[in-house]
Parts: sequence; C-alpha cells; structure tokens
Amino acid sequence: MLWLGVAYLGALAALLVTSLWTQNDFTGNIERSWNLDNFRDLFTIGVYRTITLRTIGIAALVTVVDAVLAFPIALFMAKVASPRWQRLLVIAVLMPLWASYLVKAYAWRGMLSSDGLLQSVLSPFGLGTPGYGLPATTMTLAYLWLPYMILPIYAGLERLPDSLFEASADLGAGSWTTLRRVVLPMVFPAFVAGSIFTFSLTMGDYIAVKIVGGTSQLLGNVVYDNQGAANNLPFAAAVATVPIVVMLAYLAAVRRTGALEQL
Amino acid sequence: MRKASRGLTAVASAVLLLGVAACGTDSGSDGKSSGAPGGQGFTPPDIPMQKSIGPMEGQVNILAWPGYAEDGSNDATVDWVTPFETATGCQANVKYFATSDEAVQLMKSGEYDVVSASGDATLRLIAGGDVAPVNTDLLKNYGGIESFLKNQPFNSVDGQMYGVPHGWGANLLMYNTEKVNPAPTSWAAVFDDASQYAGKVTAYDSPIYIADAALYLMNTQPDLGIKDPYALDKDQLAAAVDLLKKQKDNISEYWSDYLKEVQAFENGDSLVGTTWQVIASLAESDGAPVKAFLPSEGSTGWSDTWMISSKAKNPNCGYAWMDYITSPQAQAAVAEYFGEAPANTGACELTTDPTFCDTYHAKDAAFAKQIHYWTTPIEQCLDGRTDVKCTDYGDWTTAWTEIKG
Repeated sequence: MLWLGVAYLGALAALLVTSLWTQNDFTGNIERSWNLDNFRDLFTIGVYRTITLRTIGIAALVTVVDAVLAFPIALFMAKVASPRWQRLLVIAVLMPLWASYLVKAYAWRGMLSSDGLLQSVLSPFGLGTPGYGLPATTMTLAYLWLPYMILPIYAGLERLPDSLFEASADLGAGSWTTLRRVVLPMVFPAFVAGSIFTFSLTMGDYIAVKIVGGTSQLLGNVVYDNQGAANNLPFAAAVATVPIVVMLAYLAAVRRTGALEQL
Repeated sequence: MRKASRGLTAVASAVLLLGVAACGTDSGSDGKSSGAPGGQGFTPPDIPMQKSIGPMEGQVNILAWPGYAEDGSNDATVDWVTPFETATGCQANVKYFATSDEAVQLMKSGEYDVVSASGDATLRLIAGGDVAPVNTDLLKNYGGIESFLKNQPFNSVDGQMYGVPHGWGANLLMYNTEKVNPAPTSWAAVFDDASQYAGKVTAYDSPIYIADAALYLMNTQPDLGIKDPYALDKDQLAAAVDLLKKQKDNISEYWSDYLKEVQAFENGDSLVGTTWQVIASLAESDGAPVKAFLPSEGSTGWSDTWMISSKAKNPNCGYAWMDYITSPQAQAAVAEYFGEAPANTGACELTTDPTFCDTYHAKDAAFAKQIHYWTTPIEQCLDGRTDVKCTDYGDWTTAWTEIKG
C-alpha cells in the first residue's frame, strides 16, 4: 500500500509540481520558478478548449459505440451459447488483446487507406473509405477497446439468474420488454464499469490518432508534442492534468450511480 | 509555455552579436545558465573539450536523422555502419529521430554520445549545455571539409567549433507523377493551388514548417516585407499561420515519421507535399510514381552538424564516429543515399554518379547561401530589423498547435 502510494501518487504529484514550472524556449531547459502561466495559457488559448472538448466527445462516442456493439455479443455469450461455445467465445474476445496495439492500429491504417480494403468493399455501393480523420480514429479506438467493454458486461450478465428471464416471461413480458425492464437495469453497473475503461483509455490515447487521425489531434497529442517534440515538459504536465480532472469528475459521477460497489 | 523572457532575451541578443563578439566573454560558471549577462557575447556553459583520444569503449550511441547511419537493415546494399564497427571495434547503436525538437529532447537525456543536429537544434543544444566543444585536431578528416561550412554561426561560438559539418541540402516538393497534372513548378501546389488535390496534400509536422509558408509569402506577397523566413514579426507570423490554416483543409495528414510519408505516397493517400530526397528515393525504389524537385521559389533546407554530448559515456568511440562519418568514403555513401551535398568534398571523387557533387552544388558556396537553412527563430530579428520584435520558437510552437486545431 505504501509502495502504491509512493510510486503512483508520487508520480502524479511530481507531474502537478512540474506543471507549475516554466521552460526556457530557447535552450529547452526547465526553470524552476513557480507560476500558473501554463494553466493560464491552457484556459485562455482557445485551441486547447477545442481539443479538450473534441477529446471528451471522441471518448464518449467510442464508449457509446462500444456499448452498443458489446451488449449483443455479451448477451449471446452469457445466455445463448452452450458452455463449450462460451469458453471459445471468451477466448475469441480476448484474442485481439494478445496482438500488439501498433499492429492493430496499422492494420486499420491499411484498411482505411484509399487503396485499402474498405474502399474496395464499399465502392460498389457508391461509398468510400472515410479516409484518415476523426471518424477513422473513432472506429479504430472503438475496435481496440471493445474487449474491455464486452468482458464486464459478459460478467454482469453471467451473474443474472436465468430464473429472472423465466419469471419475466411468466408475467407476460415479451423478450424486448424483458431486455428493457429487467436485463438492462440490472447490468447497468457493468456498462458503467466497461465505460470507465473505454472512456479513460480514449482520453489518454495519442498513437491511434497519429496513425489514422489525419490532421486531427487530441489531448494526448498535445502532451506528446509538448513533451516529445517541443520539449516543454511543464506545459505538457499542465495539459496532462486535464484528462485527470475529467476522469475524476467521471468517476465521481459514476460513484453516485453506485456502480463502483458492484465491480 | 511562456518563456523566461529575461534569460531568453540575453541569449537572443547574445546570439545576434555572435559574429562580432570575439572576446570579453566570461566563461559561464553556472552550468544551467544559458545567457551571459551584459550581452557581451553568447556564452555557452563551460564544458571541457576533449584533449586526446583514449581507448575505444566498444560502443557508441548515435542519434541521427533517418538515413544518416544505415547499417544495411533498410537496404542490404546500403551499409556504412558495419565498416565503421569493424574498423574501430565500436558497436554502433543508432536511433533515428523525426524532428529537431525530438533531437534536442533526446540529447537532454544524456543517453546518446553523438547527434546529427540541424541548424534549428544546434544553438539550443550549445546554449543548453547539452553538447561539448569539438577538438577538431583530433579529427583526421576535418581538413577535407568545405571551408564555407566551418565556423558558421550555427555550429560554432567565438571561433570554437561545436561539431563537424556533415552535409546540407534543400527540402523538396514531391508529387505523384501519375495523378498530378500538370507537373507543379512552385510551392503554390501545396498552398494556393492545394485545393486541386484536396485531402491528398501532406506537410511536415513541426513548427519549423511555418518557415516554408513564410518563404512562399516572401515571394507571393512582397507587401508583407518578409526578408528571412525565420525572422517573422507578429503580423508576418499571422499571415503565415493564415496560409497554413487554409492549407490544412486540403491536408490528408502531417508527417514527421519519414516511413509514414513513404507509405502514404505509395498507396496514394498523399499526392503532393514537402519531402526529403531520401523519402523520394525510398518511395521510388518501392516502385511508386513520384518525383521530387526544388521549386522555383527556392526552399528551406538544412545544414547538419555532428555534435558530441557533454555527458557522452563513450566519447572516444564518439570521436571515432565523427571522424569516420566525415571521411570521403562515408560521406560519398551518405550523401548519395540521403540526397544531399557532402560537407567533405573529397567524397565527390568516390560517388557512383560522377556528376553527383555538381548536381548538389557541393562546392558552390554561393548556391549554399541561397537555401534558407533551418535555424531557431528568436526574439531579435535574424534579418537585422531592430524596430520590431520577432516571434520566437515558443510562439511558433503555440502557432503550430493552433494551425493543427
């Protein structure tokens, strides 16, 4: 516990401290004079607000897409498939996690390219690849984080006794009503648990955007550009506090739903 | 993101005075201080220069632009690192970087012994105390280097060299010869005429690319009064930013990873955009229909210098590398592969294409002057104006984030 406190919270504290320093633009050396300039820039320069809103929007969108895609899969795995199939499906869902993140992102880059798979499949229907940009980023991230949404929902549905389905049917509810009035409210905490993964992972992502995002940038890219390229560690630290604050707000909201107790 | 303006001003004025201030500098005793008080001259932190070459350490960590240290892994026939390893017994660990900012950042880690730094990185490295002065007497091949590359404002301070010139060249405009008709002749292809290839234009992902826009404006909008693409006052920077924001609507993606650009041109995601010769050569060797050329306005470009880290763990192998990479044989190989003018024109006898050095004007000091080499924009206008303040690299970084939106 102490170890966790030092290693984890200590690193976060160091990050916050760094964000209060400043950087010499010419030599790139950090100058340890205390000020709030980084945060002032962060709030007053409009582009950072735009990027923050865009990042939150993408994170929310990825979460919704994943929830919509994951539920039918999880429902099938938990309630329809035979035990043998269940095991195979769990392995199948976990399988993509064995492959490297980069391989999967570059695979999407290939598929989305203008002579890629999507183009050749969609062109007979008069459609084309969306090209590199935010739609491509959303697709790629939704694909990457899908297992993190499926597994909690699957676990939540597993715990749901079959007798509830029967009781609901006995009381005259159709399968749609059962789904809506019985299943969804009961697995809602599982959705929330999954959304914590998809939302937070998207908030911090910068690699997928770099690979398939075209010209767009998210908060992660601003951090990366300031740290890795412009060498402005204090400002990067200031930017990095934004996702932390957003996640804390999100977790606080989640806590109110009571979903955290059921994890 | 705001600068520590006092320190910067001191450095900046110091840099400006570099050419004239030959004496009267006190040696900076404070390792962190980057500017001399009083502006007598540009005083880098006092870092000792190596006096002699000791025994080889067995390895050297090299930080280089892509294509500067090829060991045959990209192309089996392109390999000048292995002969170095055999001759010196120094195992070369090469890391390629994508932008000058990244190079500066990585050099600060102290993990690398030598770096091939462009003009927009060199002074920042010197002022930051990240690189040591170079004892050119220890380098056998230093004599062969063209004199117009020695003791330049971007690679020396007060007559003390901080590196060995490597080579120089221009950023080029590359286009897909099948899809881009008629063939472009000017940078207008990626600026005013970019909408013809909307969504298929590419540009270099670094604040220094703002200079490319400034260079274009220098030719197309003389009213703005831009004399030097690295000396932009607020209005001139705003004009360049406007141009780049318009360009952004037509951009497919910005590149900094050179392999990503090669791939984008090969599968047609990018049709026209700025490039380096090495990227064009790689794409061509993979069979992509591309051509790269120097547009009519001239271009921005680079003049690179091998520098040695002030924290080098393998300084002797580092010197051995600097000496080797500026030898005529290695220079011929690098220059031909990368597509740049070699600093050591002894290489001209050894290139496979006998006219190579003429094509790249390797011995032509007048031509070299016409390229606008990457340099770090500072508050004191580099074009000599004293009535306005120019925008510095921090401003450019902020502007670049805004351009990308």
